[in-house]
Amino acid sequence: MPAATGLPLGAMIQLAWRNLWRNHRRTLIMLIAIIIGVWAMIFMTALMRGMVDQMLKDGIQSLPGMVQIHNSEYRDDPSIENSLEAPGAELLSALNSPLVFGWSSRVRVPAMISSEQGSRGVILVGIDPIAELSLGFDAGSINQGRFLEDAGDKGLIIGHKLLQRLETRLGKRVAVMSQDPDNNVADRGFRIVGVYKASLESQEEQFIYAGRDIVQALLKIGTQVSEIAINGEDYRDVAALQQLISATAPAGAEVLPWMELNSYLSMMLGMMDGVVLVWIIVIFLALSFGLANTLMMAVFERIREIGLMQALGMRPASILYQILVESLLLLLLGLLLGNLLAIATILPLRDGIDVSAVAKGMELMGAGSTLYPALKIRDLVTANVVVIILGLLTSLLPAWRASRYRPVEAIAKT
Amino acid sequence: MTAIKCVDLCKNYEQGDVVIKALDHVSLDIDAGSFICLSGPSGSGKTTLLNMIGGLDKLDSGEIDIDGQRVDQLGKGPLADLRLHNIGFVFQSYNLIPVLSARENVEFVMQVQGMTAAERRNKSLAILKEVGLAGMEDRRPAELSGGQQQRVAVARAIVSQPKLVLADEPTANLDSNTARQLMDLLRKLNQHHHVTFLIATHDEQVMEYAERLIKMQDGKVINDQLQA
Repeated sequence: MPAATGLPLGAMIQLAWRNLWRNHRRTLIMLIAIIIGVWAMIFMTALMRGMVDQMLKDGIQSLPGMVQIHNSEYRDDPSIENSLEAPGAELLSALNSPLVFGWSSRVRVPAMISSEQGSRGVILVGIDPIAELSLGFDAGSINQGRFLEDAGDKGLIIGHKLLQRLETRLGKRVAVMSQDPDNNVADRGFRIVGVYKASLESQEEQFIYAGRDIVQALLKIGTQVSEIAINGEDYRDVAALQQLISATAPAGAEVLPWMELNSYLSMMLGMMDGVVLVWIIVIFLALSFGLANTLMMAVFERIREIGLMQALGMRPASILYQILVESLLLLLLGLLLGNLLAIATILPLRDGIDVSAVAKGMELMGAGSTLYPALKIRDLVTANVVVIILGLLTSLLPAWRASRYRPVEAIAKT
Repeated sequence: MTAIKCVDLCKNYEQGDVVIKALDHVSLDIDAGSFICLSGPSGSGKTTLLNMIGGLDKLDSGEIDIDGQRVDQLGKGPLADLRLHNIGFVFQSYNLIPVLSARENVEFVMQVQGMTAAERRNKSLAILKEVGLAGMEDRRPAELSGGQQQRVAVARAIVSQPKLVLADEPTANLDSNTARQLMDLLRKLNQHHHVTFLIATHDEQVMEYAERLIKMQDGKVINDQLQA
């Protein structure tokens, strides 16, 4: 603000503050509108972020690993023929890098599971349970029985929904049938040692877990695996991790980030930033009419005073700054209270909001029945910056009009 | 020494199809430190002449020099600077800023001029004392009577030592006793601070104070004489 050609900033702020409270009721109404608008921007954004984060988390959990190594043919034909050798020395050295937070190799094949009452097509995943825990497998999701103890564990973990479909129960035996590389039927009986709950029922029906060594023996593939999954620090930024692993991956393997393995989730993540910005701008547009109207009224009521200031020697630009400072004070106060209200609303809901009443609809979108609002600093900053920039732009019209009055006409206004 | 020189000033206003000659070839020389009254009926052009000299409105033609500086061709910014440093205004309806106290109103121009807080405070307290408002510095305009408000306006006009004070009907809203006190004050300030006063009025009591009385009618100067 140009202190040399108008009022000093301190005097401008003092005058603007007092002018704001000349009409208490109007200022309060506008302030409440800004507070509610800012609260809605931040709270609803946190809900949307929470929902997408949950979708990503669930999605990544069904496909654990931010980066995965597969045989280059595996994605087109995820059969046992398109497997990988177990990691060699060079890859193992990369997997010990500080960029790698955990890794695991898996066997993943289509299979059929049968109980005494029924059969279902599933994906059989042979895992090393200790390594999977380091990848983020949620052992707490086992709600009956136990998790697998090691790669040689002969038990089977199935989803709660599948358990119901097969009309079986914990401790009962089931038969699992798949194909070995020679296209021979490979089958084996497993005892159900654990039942897991997932936020998506489809996941509970689709995946069954057994010890990796047991599945390798069943399929007669030695130490071959379908995929090697690696986790880094942040699932949003996996470029460095992908580069490190790509440099040491065996020939004929492809190293892909989860975004390419699940383009739907990746698209959701990309779309979310745009949706948040559009949401914030839409709310602000509704607010901006009130803000512009409030300032127009404030200017209209003070035409004579504005003329006086010009007569006393204030330059038109200083008049413009004076009105903008008034608007800025109103916006800053609204932002402060709106932010506090949003944070005060979100913090008590950290443990989740139960939306099981609309669980089916949520599942269609790939989200679970509990929403966890996710308050991101980036979203807070975006909302605040958008409100200040657009707020000042909105205020430019009344401020500009105030600065354009001819002193002789303004002073004569009654 | 001539402080203000007006040469052949013309200003017309249009009201529908009618053209009103607010200033009709007015020429004047005003000496520094003089105390002059412009008199005449409503619509005679007094206020228009003050507005033109004060740079609040634009001439149709003519020339105004203040202290040798041609001011009628200045842009908005330089005109604002001219008013800030050279001209004080006193209006009929006081025109104080309602959210500022008496002292803050007086300090307003000095703030815009960029004067330090201590200097502003000293000057504003001194001038408020001079206009008889000691002890009322922190009152807001709504807490002052009409006469007191006009004294604040006078203090604001004079505090930064302008070359010229333009007063438009300064006593119109005051009773005759308060008007007389105000005129005594203006005359005293004129003599004490050697500031040129140009006062538009149709109050005969005010005219008695003038060293020089300029009568206007229909946008023209019809009489210009020194008074004893």
